[in-house]
Amino acid sequence: MSIEPAADEVELRVNGDPRRIRVDPRVTLLDALRDEFGLTGPKKGCDLGQCGSCTVLLDGRRITSCLTFAVMHDGREVTTIEGLGGDPEGELHPVQRAFVDHDAFQCGFCTPGQIMAAVALLDEGHAGDDDEIREWMSGNLCRCAAYPNIVTAIAAAAGR
Amino acid sequence: MSPEDPWIGRPQARVDGPVKVTGTAMYTGDVALPHLAHAVLLQSTVAKGRILGTDVAAAERAPGVLAVCASDGSLGIGPVASYYSADNGPMGDGRTPLSDAVIHHHGQHVAMVVAESREQACAGAELIRVRYREQAPLARIEDAIPQTPPGREDVVRGDLTTGLAVADATVEAYYETPPQHMNPMEPCATTARWTGNRLTVHDSTQHVFGVRAALAEAFGLRPEDVRVLSGFVGGGFGSKGTVWPHVLLAAAAARLVGRPVRLALTRPQMFTSCGVRPPTRQRVVLGARRDGRLTAIAHDGTTATSFGENVVENTGGTTAMLYACPNVTIRQRIVRLDMQAPTFQRAPGRAPGSFALESALDELAHELGVDPLELRLRNHADTDPSSGRPWSSKHLRECYRLGAERFGWDPDDRTPGTRRDGDVLIGSGMASATHEMDPGPAAAYAELRVDGTAVVGVASHEIGTGTYTVFAQIAADVLGVGPDRVFVRLGDTELPEAPPSIGSQTVAYVGPAIRRACEAVRDDLLAGALADPESPLYGREIGTIEFGGDTFVGELSRIGSPSISAIGHAHPDAGSPYAVHSFGAQFAEVAVDARTGTVRVRRMVGAFDIGRVINPRTARGQLVGGMTFGLAQALMEATTIDPRRGHVVEPHLAGYHLPTNADVGALDVLFVDVPDPHIGDVGARGAGEIGVVGAAAAIANAVFHATGVRVRTLPITPDRVVTAGSGLGWGDFGG
Ligand code: FES
Ligand code: FES
Repeated sequence: MSIEPAADEVELRVNGDPRRIRVDPRVTLLDALRDEFGLTGPKKGCDLGQCGSCTVLLDGRRITSCLTFAVMHDGREVTTIEGLGGDPEGELHPVQRAFVDHDAFQCGFCTPGQIMAAVALLDEGHAGDDDEIREWMSGNLCRCAAYPNIVTAIAAAAGR
Repeated sequence: MSPEDPWIGRPQARVDGPVKVTGTAMYTGDVALPHLAHAVLLQSTVAKGRILGTDVAAAERAPGVLAVCASDGSLGIGPVASYYSADNGPMGDGRTPLSDAVIHHHGQHVAMVVAESREQACAGAELIRVRYREQAPLARIEDAIPQTPPGREDVVRGDLTTGLAVADATVEAYYETPPQHMNPMEPCATTARWTGNRLTVHDSTQHVFGVRAALAEAFGLRPEDVRVLSGFVGGGFGSKGTVWPHVLLAAAAARLVGRPVRLALTRPQMFTSCGVRPPTRQRVVLGARRDGRLTAIAHDGTTATSFGENVVENTGGTTAMLYACPNVTIRQRIVRLDMQAPTFQRAPGRAPGSFALESALDELAHELGVDPLELRLRNHADTDPSSGRPWSSKHLRECYRLGAERFGWDPDDRTPGTRRDGDVLIGSGMASATHEMDPGPAAAYAELRVDGTAVVGVASHEIGTGTYTVFAQIAADVLGVGPDRVFVRLGDTELPEAPPSIGSQTVAYVGPAIRRACEAVRDDLLAGALADPESPLYGREIGTIEFGGDTFVGELSRIGSPSISAIGHAHPDAGSPYAVHSFGAQFAEVAVDARTGTVRVRRMVGAFDIGRVINPRTARGQLVGGMTFGLAQALMEATTIDPRRGHVVEPHLAGYHLPTNADVGALDVLFVDVPDPHIGDVGARGAGEIGVVGAAAAIANAVFHATGVRVRTLPITPDRVVTAGSGLGWGDFGG
């Protein structure tokens, strides 16, 4: 017999915007962002915490949003790729700009996750040298293998 | 832009870069439609047998569930026989999904649930009880009997026995490669919507026209009543080149519930639902004179396929044409296993085939005491040995030279196991690379507008290869507007038809169609202007007209026309007297941990002749991606199949290892960059796959040079290095 869990109410501040939603407790943060908030920048590459394409910032720290439920984050601050303020027709965030300038992607599917991880990495102070960047970016898979250019882009964004 | 300073050849930044970095590029799973319902698939837990019964009652009562379908044919999907049997046709699963009780492979779709939300559909699927009668599957190549693939003949040139008799040295070795999964970062997804008898499908595909053909056939529709859109595709590597069962199921689900339906495969389902590169067993025999000239080559490849499909992983394709040798025998055999339908994966046949051939050449070089690079030069094929035809263009010698120079290849340092750096042993290896072009016709649309913008369109696809950017560059040169003013439309069956985005053929064969369409626009406009006494161009010689944007746009505005458009066609010459291949040389340096056998690739250099390089930036991306694909095959990728039950043991990315950023060392890509005079007007050949070819062999050869240990089974994991090295006093390396 299946029992439908009751929807829960949570307030999330997504990209600076506080919003209350009623959500099925089985809904991951990733699915809530994509379906409830219409933010399809974060991608579902595996839904198992193994690829990093769903990476967002939760209270400023990077997490794989597929590996946590939306209802667990009442009152928390979430930043997605859309929250970086980059405008595809105009000014981009410096990390986004660096990714374009250094061709740090191909199909682009992993890219929102890579960029969010890179933003966090810079904040963490893990861009000391290329090897450090490689190590701290290794939670984000890129099957197109734009890896060398991702390293160059992040180093450039770090001002090296 | 003047013809002397073209956009072609420039490292133009991707025109789709800004949408990709802002998360606004739309992939299939991002398409939101009103009243969207969600379908999920349940898959077989056995590899062979019959479904005895499917209890769907509890699932049907579950909250939010709209429909539940068992594998009983009730969806009314018709067979898609003609799509699957087409000449050179798709290699995929030709069976009608959810049609009967027979289980052909582990992970076969056995039921579908459609619900208001994905969570409800998943919860419903968990309530379905399927009872099977399980039979023991045939799961290992070794347990099956090889057979000749239907319609396939052995390649025999000269006489192998004679060639071996005159050889001063021979090498015979066996190589193995495992099943490998494409695993694009975007799992396959389909969203289907019916409006009366018309069907619109968003699909993550490398071939919108193929999807349209299959859907029309399956649902008895006229092709023009089916529209297929592919938007951005998050990588394919072959897994999205063919129409797989879930695409038909999504359309059937939408018809069943009378609502738009999204069906996204999960990552684990990607391991059983959209093809696999089959495992191979290969034997290579080489004979050569003391100076290294080959006298005999035999290459036998046995590869696995399913019982329903005759997929051949063509391991000997490269061997047939890469080196000059008078006596060659190539045999392909298949074995049938209870497995999913295999399909083409990036560099089909050539990836595993070149691992065996190029490893064997390295073994021969060692045997003869000849530098491996020199060995390849001595056997350079000046014409295509497989057909006798001249090459359309071949600069392989230049690839060897450029690559060796950049890498710092030392012909005198070829003794294995002599370079040590602390706890690691250092070695270098190389291999040749080649990729054949498979020409296909294409058409394209072009339009120049009076506002100075242009539109070009073709049902090709952006799968990460830079298609938008490269087509904009090609159009910009003809129409005289900047690439940023060219809007490229792709991935839509309303656009002129193009071949699938596979086989490294998009730039080479669709690029010329774009160019023709733009030229037709230009010529139409010019013809009118030259004949019109009112035009400033009246009576001018065509050769004296500066091809600038103002010329054309000014003419448009003068005649009061908002735009002018044309369709262009490109038909590559099927009866070409030339053999058309890309070429390359791969070099790798590895460090092998002397205690554990762990291999790290420190750096790779690839030098490639891909004809004219339209965009060095995007082309480099393709080759870096290809070389990394090869690195992954060399060191980590393998799908483990349970030998008794035929299961995929690790259907996820924690078990199936893809390279991470830290796994990839410095990769250097060099281009010869000489236009191919015999391939369309653009002069470009394929770049998407050749980076894979030879990469695994170069790494394996470097491992041998580092350690003296020859690993002939991929991937080269630490246990294999240590095991293969035990008889060679591997322990002596430790310290
Ligand atoms: S989708 Fe979250 S880690 Fe892969
Ligand atoms: S750009 Fe395609 S997966 Fe990273």
